[in-house]
Amino acid sequence: MKSILPITTVSMVIVILWYGFSVILNSTWTKDQASRAGVEVTFSEILKDTMVQQRPLLPAPHQVVIELWETTANKKITSKRSLVYHGWITLSATLLGFVIGTGLGILLAIGIVHNKAMDYGVMPWIIASQTVPILALAPMIIVVLYSIGLSGLVPKAIISAYLSFFPVSVGMVAGFRCPDPTQMDLLKTYAAKKSQLFWKLMVPISMPYLFTSLKIGVAASLVGAIVGELPTGAVAGLGARLLAGSYYGQTVQIWSALIGSAILAATLVGLIGLIQKFTLDRMGLAR
Amino acid sequence: MIAIVLILLFWFCTWGLNIYLSSLPPSQAIRVAIPTVFGLSFLVIWECTVRIFNVPGVILPPPSDIGVTFVNSLDILWIDLVQTVFKGALSGYLIGCGSAMIMAIAVNRYPFLQKGILPIGNFVAALPIVGTAPIFVMWFGFGWQSKAAVVVAMVFFPMLVNMVQGLASTDVMQRDILKTYNATYWQEIWKLKLPAAMPFAFNGLKICTTLSLIGAIVAEFFGSPILGMGFRISTEVGRLALDVVWAEIVVAAIAGTLFFWIVSLGEQKVTFWHPTHRK
Repeated sequence: MKSILPITTVSMVIVILWYGFSVILNSTWTKDQASRAGVEVTFSEILKDTMVQQRPLLPAPHQVVIELWETTANKKITSKRSLVYHGWITLSATLLGFVIGTGLGILLAIGIVHNKAMDYGVMPWIIASQTVPILALAPMIIVVLYSIGLSGLVPKAIISAYLSFFPVSVGMVAGFRCPDPTQMDLLKTYAAKKSQLFWKLMVPISMPYLFTSLKIGVAASLVGAIVGELPTGAVAGLGARLLAGSYYGQTVQIWSALIGSAILAATLVGLIGLIQKFTLDRMGLAR
Repeated sequence: MIAIVLILLFWFCTWGLNIYLSSLPPSQAIRVAIPTVFGLSFLVIWECTVRIFNVPGVILPPPSDIGVTFVNSLDILWIDLVQTVFKGALSGYLIGCGSAMIMAIAVNRYPFLQKGILPIGNFVAALPIVGTAPIFVMWFGFGWQSKAAVVVAMVFFPMLVNMVQGLASTDVMQRDILKTYNATYWQEIWKLKLPAAMPFAFNGLKICTTLSLIGAIVAEFFGSPILGMGFRISTEVGRLALDVVWAEIVVAAIAGTLFFWIVSLGEQKVTFWHPTHRK
């Protein structure tokens, strides 16, 4: 609770800076219009004009908030102008990809922990796969999957899954290796089987790692879903809103899509945080 | 049918070889050999599968075709590499990480700022910053400057968060001993806090290598002069020339790995005192 004041202060500073920059950036247009019309503009007029432009270089925060409100609360959810509609399309791809990626990541981690050949042989390639800017593959994955008859949700989900499996598998490998030798020895003196060792020691002890990597993974899969929407030619989804906005110079639309995706990311990470708190409290692992 | 059996047989043989290798007493050679065997067998299976089942090149070209295209279009790949990696990603990486480090020192001075910036930084680091690409392309034009700006926006907060944590990682005893030596503020920064922050800083720098390449390539999807890796990928996908796309991806992979390798080499030189690097 002590950090509320600093956080609000910093957020306030960001909003003030945002207003400042939007005045500076948008005043060029105002001055240009005024000089074409042959009139002098005072500073207060510039200030007034920069706040209400149709296509500002940098929309003022309240313009974005109004656009967000207009496109979420004042439109039918089924309407193609509704941000909720586009947000849902992105969210469904994100969630499907996140589930696939997390499942795959955990399975890989189990394999790596239990099999030495997999540890030595696959782990370096998993790490190398992340130095490949994987988002660059997005257009190709979309096109290739389309040519074998898959379109819509699944290709985006595959890109999301690719982005989210890495943090989960690396985090879980660290988590599964967490038990120290005395704990392993104790279970061995109880004559625990391999499966018992796994379920009763390795799984519980890796829970904090699981939630930390899930948070990173869900943020990554949202990025994957948004980028996956770009090459499809701006049909639907938050990524499509970004692309359409950039084609038609609708800056307010770009910013509202951006803030919308930020809210989505924050909600997803926050939800996992809540589940984390509840689970760890129940398991007695809370720090 | 026989082909599938042969491919599976080959896979089990190489996998068996890897299991055998990993049961040998571990050495440096074996640690290199196992992933190499795995990678090579993967390539062979890819090649054979594509050839035997006549998978069309627009879906998945065989690795040998990609290799041929790679060698034949080295000149194009090189100018794309210069445009995207050296001009876009690298300049953005240097500006972004550099300013984040300086900012972190300022933040570290005031605990109030530190409390406010860390949660916000963590929040921003989780946001889809790639989405700012169209905005920056609009502000800074189609050239490499807009790509560098996207990269700056992407790397700034992960770097800042790591650096702030690093600067805060000194303990009371260490700070006390510098006080008893009557050290000035800047001496404390140079001789204690910056060295102590280096493991964290390099963690951030390593994360940012991949982020910078992603940022530069994705920003080119939103508009670019007629060169650049992202531009080439999106246009060649449109022409269904997937061998060129794969060649670009190979370049991206090599560039990304080299970049990461150089940064980790720097890490080993700078943080030689850290437990993970002690011999």
